Amino acid sequence: MSILQAPAPTTSETGTPRRIVASPAAWAVWGSVVLFMIFLVGIVGSVLVNSFGTRWFGTWLPQGWTTQWYSQAWTEFDLLHVIIVTLQVAVAVVVLSVLVGVPASYVLARRDFPGKKIAYLAFLLPIMMPPITYGIPLATVLYKFNLAGNLSGVILANLVPCVPFVILTMTPFIEQIDPAIERAARMSGARTMAVFTRILAPLLVPGILASCILVLVRTVGMFELTFLTAGPDSNTLVVALFNSMNAAGIRAQQSVDSMAVIYVSVMMVLLVVALRFVNPTQLVAQVKEDQDS
Amino acid sequence: MTVRTETPPQAPRQAPRNAPSLRHRLAERGIDSQLLLLVPAMVFVIGLFIYPFLYGLGLSFQPTNGGGPLTEYKRFFEDTFQRDTIWKTLRLAIPAALFNVLAAVPIAYRMRGRFRGKRLITTLLVIPITLGTVLTAEGLLNFLGPAGWFNRVLISAGILDEPLRLVNNYWGVFFSLVITGFPFAFLLILSYLSGIDPSLERAAATLGADWRARFRRITLPLLAPGLATTFCLTFVLAFSVFPSAILVGNPTGETRVISIAAYQAAYEQYDYPFASAIAMIMGAIEIVIIGVVLLWRSQFYVGSTGGKG
Repeated sequence: MSILQAPAPTTSETGTPRRIVASPAAWAVWGSVVLFMIFLVGIVGSVLVNSFGTRWFGTWLPQGWTTQWYSQAWTEFDLLHVIIVTLQVAVAVVVLSVLVGVPASYVLARRDFPGKKIAYLAFLLPIMMPPITYGIPLATVLYKFNLAGNLSGVILANLVPCVPFVILTMTPFIEQIDPAIERAARMSGARTMAVFTRILAPLLVPGILASCILVLVRTVGMFELTFLTAGPDSNTLVVALFNSMNAAGIRAQQSVDSMAVIYVSVMMVLLVVALRFVNPTQLVAQVKEDQDS
Repeated sequence: MTVRTETPPQAPRQAPRNAPSLRHRLAERGIDSQLLLLVPAMVFVIGLFIYPFLYGLGLSFQPTNGGGPLTEYKRFFEDTFQRDTIWKTLRLAIPAALFNVLAAVPIAYRMRGRFRGKRLITTLLVIPITLGTVLTAEGLLNFLGPAGWFNRVLISAGILDEPLRLVNNYWGVFFSLVITGFPFAFLLILSYLSGIDPSLERAAATLGADWRARFRRITLPLLAPGLATTFCLTFVLAFSVFPSAILVGNPTGETRVISIAAYQAAYEQYDYPFASAIAMIMGAIEIVIIGVVLLWRSQFYVGSTGGKG
């Protein structure tokens, strides 16, 4: 009986102003959202504050402020090299997964052929499986062919979830392009190659851009697969962060935190860029959502 | 919508036969040169996903020290230290996934309409997903640690006398799973909910159904398949928890999850058959749990009114 929903549920949909005095249920919901946000701010904030602090023990804030941890982390963890590796891996994965994924998603979107369901399932599985489950057999195979432990292994391993991801994001995108345009081009004498470069490519640019950004964010943030296949020279930023955290006690906590802040700022830049092109929900999964933004 | 005859099969003109050429007959069934576009992706999936998986499966039946094909599996299940990892993982993953889904439902239900700041909230929620578990672990160590802000606030407010132990144990990992898993569940459920036609609920309201009846009889049945899908996805994420179990958990004790066992077998003991066997066990458990949930899901109405997974 305590749950009273005074306004009809349509109020939020029609956009009429809400009442200030909300029901207890609303308070509980908004309270938990605020609590979650406080946790989030606390988690990111304490890393940020610690990375700038001199000595922080038993007080609200550090005793003094400094930027020395950044220069220390930069040299100690050889961050320039790590960032270059991260960029190389990310760019290679994005380019390769688009090159491999887009033609396949074209076929899946436009054509009907025997075994289409099986092909679709084969592309779906690497996304549904958690990386650590298939990562260990994959790393074993890559080590057998001497592909793991260097840059190529990291790139190959990261492609495994990314190619299917491109296929699954691009297939609905291609489906909504009117096939009549292609037929018109073919009637005018265009070959498959010309249809692709002159007709489809310009229409596909927004979709390709969106999936590039999503793959970029996933690759930079991908821990497990990189961790399992990287050698000492091919660590990406997130793996370097994990390694320095795991070898605790050797290094100052602040120095690890300043690397974490560098990682956060890289991710934030990517996220801001990503959100200019895609809906936040798309970062999670490919779900059809009504255009409300 | 599928266009079958985009490339008209160019039957060889110099061969006027009664029966159409093989190429023509294949094209009739939807096989022609355009399917070659699919080849790179298929080669890729087979080479980098299916082959390694089968290789791992084969390897798990070839024990290093000889013995029958099932020796590695027997070894896993006979050693309590290894066997308990299953129970420890499930004890973390199922409550965390359930919590994420159940907490996301009321919040998403509240926010399903349009309101100012919705995009801001969804953007903020995406942040922990993009940051990933490694950074969340680092932040949790600072924030929830004995001298962290969380404990300081509670002590200063007089709620606690001594700091709560929230990191380097079960709860640290649980929190990290909630921080990364909850936004994921929320965003999925929100998009399922906004796919449900609002006029259905309005119709029920016209017939005199109150808030609870509408939720229980209209929204929930339509949402249930989506809930099952969301549970599966968050469960898979939580089940394969690895970095945070090491960093904010107690990786030698209560949060020695199954992925740590697999990792140690492969990278510390270099026992690839045993590691593959553990990975296969891990995959099998996941498939069993997802299968049960999806079987339960198949009982629900799946239609065009949205909410489906």
